Amino acid sequence: MALPLEGSQALARTVALCRPQVVSAYPITPQTHIVEGIARLVADGRLECEMVSVESEHSAASVALGAAAAGSRAYTASASQGILLMSEVLFDIAGMRVPLVMTCANRAVSAPLSIWNDHQDAMAVRDAGWIQLYCASNQEAVDTTVQAFRIAEHCSLPVMVCVDGFTLTHTLEPLELPDQDQVDAYLPAYRFAHGLNPAEPRSLGTLVSPDHFTEARLGHHGALQRALGAIEAADADWAAVSGRGCGGLLEVRGDPQARTGILVMGSVLGTLEDAMDADPKGRRVRFLKLRSFRPFPAEALRQACQGLDTLIVLDRALSPGSGGIVGPEVKAALMDMAEPPRVHNLAAGLGGRDLPLDLYGRLLEAVEGADGPLPFTLIDADPTQLPEADRPDAPLMQEAP
Amino acid sequence: MSAETARHDAKTLRHQQPRFRGLEAGHRACQGCGEALAARLVTEAAGPDVMVANATGCLEVFTTPWPQSAWRLPWIHSVFGNAAAVAAGMEAALKQQGRRTRVLAFAGDGGTFDIGFQALSGMMERGHDVLFVCFDNEAYMNTGVQRSGSTPHAAMTNTSPPGTARMGKRHMKKDILAILAAHRIPYAATASVAYPSDLRKKVRRAMDTGGPVFLQVHSPCPLGWGHDSDLTVQVARLAVQTGLFPLVEMERGELIGTLPIREVRPVTDYLRLQQRFRHLFAGDFRAEKELEHLQAIADRNIERFELRGGGKERYDTEGADTVHRGGDRWA
Repeated sequence: MALPLEGSQALARTVALCRPQVVSAYPITPQTHIVEGIARLVADGRLECEMVSVESEHSAASVALGAAAAGSRAYTASASQGILLMSEVLFDIAGMRVPLVMTCANRAVSAPLSIWNDHQDAMAVRDAGWIQLYCASNQEAVDTTVQAFRIAEHCSLPVMVCVDGFTLTHTLEPLELPDQDQVDAYLPAYRFAHGLNPAEPRSLGTLVSPDHFTEARLGHHGALQRALGAIEAADADWAAVSGRGCGGLLEVRGDPQARTGILVMGSVLGTLEDAMDADPKGRRVRFLKLRSFRPFPAEALRQACQGLDTLIVLDRALSPGSGGIVGPEVKAALMDMAEPPRVHNLAAGLGGRDLPLDLYGRLLEAVEGADGPLPFTLIDADPTQLPEADRPDAPLMQEAP
Repeated sequence: MSAETARHDAKTLRHQQPRFRGLEAGHRACQGCGEALAARLVTEAAGPDVMVANATGCLEVFTTPWPQSAWRLPWIHSVFGNAAAVAAGMEAALKQQGRRTRVLAFAGDGGTFDIGFQALSGMMERGHDVLFVCFDNEAYMNTGVQRSGSTPHAAMTNTSPPGTARMGKRHMKKDILAILAAHRIPYAATASVAYPSDLRKKVRRAMDTGGPVFLQVHSPCPLGWGHDSDLTVQVARLAVQTGLFPLVEMERGELIGTLPIREVRPVTDYLRLQQRFRHLFAGDFRAEKELEHLQAIADRNIERFELRGGGKERYDTEGADTVHRGGDRWA
């Protein structure tokens, strides 16, 4: 039965269904409602867990790390500056192959200060060695959260569930929550093979010389690549239990026969799908919903791009001085195709800028008739807000001042 | 059996070893490392049913060059600044699991006074059942001797070098014990590697007390302090006997005990053994002034904690430093 729930409240209840033993977090918009919801469940005795409200995100990640290493299922949530503050611990968690789950309520990163949604925070820790799964809807966020614990514990890797801040976290809509029995049947008891135990003392997080570091990284890389199968299997198994899948690694939606594709991550998909259905010109595209950004499903992506002439990759973050972040990765993966589509990398919706229905038409019109890949463009930017020297058409700096 | 024979009898020596060693021999610490000695004493007294969260630093580096480890305890190192938070997470997990294993957090002075300070304060405020041990060697030794919040006034480090315009560190050593005591934690104490029985007693008292407890162990670093490696214990003892490192115990922020000094020594006895204070013996006006400052700090400690003993205390400093192994005396 669908319940009218705010995304964050649904996530709080879903996390509780996964029976975490330690939850640790520090407040940051737009993650707060999730953690507040969990705190209420603990206060009411509906969730038996140690709720550790720490003094910083650095400690939030560290407490979750310590708890998971000591043999308890652990959860944390953060966003934006919080993700950056905990970033050294995120690398450390992943390098030690500690399984835990974090919700990232995706938000822009300062400066300038913005509390609104884009993907800059998760992209900043792209190389931390975590699995990153992006959710296109709150229903997917609910179902992905349950799956995340199973994937993490099966693969001995931490999983970041990326949920668009405000757009999803603060939106109230009808949602199906799983039953406790369903979750219990799906999620085995927490187990961490390399955990801390006085009966079998082990040293974790040691110093390695150049003789061993490369091999440690190779092992970590391999584990992430092997997780591709685990992510697909976890989604298929959850679909069998709950009747709802999330599209595995990458889902093709829209018109599978279309010659033009749009690749997105996160909640903008729903907007573009609605826009396509309502498009007065009746234009149809093939949507590629990229759910697993790490590990990056290159082979699945190439399969999904078969028959495409044009692919638009819509980034929700920026690598200043380079351009998009997802775009170049997609291009690199498609290089190996016999007949790759022409890839245009555009970005929109930074710092919470609205992604309206007419974005669909603007994306298609921007690339229409292009006889080569367009230069990377922030498609919804208004350069006239800037001083002339900072505009894209300003002359190059020819010499150092 | 004569005393001479007993000293060389391996069986007897083994018998005199404590029943448990958390930190084994064979690690890669420098000769005369105060921190290695302190960590061994602490883990011996804490016993085998513990887990350790270790901050980045010498202790982490010299004990765990992969694939070797000198620890007989479950031990985890994460990053520099989060030993207290990792320990808090471990404690929360054990509590939820209903296990009685105790949690220790180990950090140097950098991981306690400076980069680890926020996590430490948070852990203390939240009341986790964790013994946090600071191995205080008064600078960033692992990175090659740079000044920390714990470096004493006027000491030379590579980032507080003396020169024509400076006389070593300009600032004072942070009074970390007072800051921890201000959290009103159940137990906070200072200890020294020169007084092993006192140190063990404090570890046991801390663990018996339970809750968030803190121990600051003065641990000379021959390399960083510039003294001969066979002088570690002597240097540590002089720090206590001069009043520069008072050994005190606090409960809920109140002073409950001190180790009195039988014969107070002038600070120069302590300082002249160490190269890091070499510039204070140049004989010029600036050096004299700094020596006066350091003597004043010691005098103030002695006055504040009433450390001047009458000469007949049961726990006088010379008597308290006898090494007794096996743990019977403190049962």
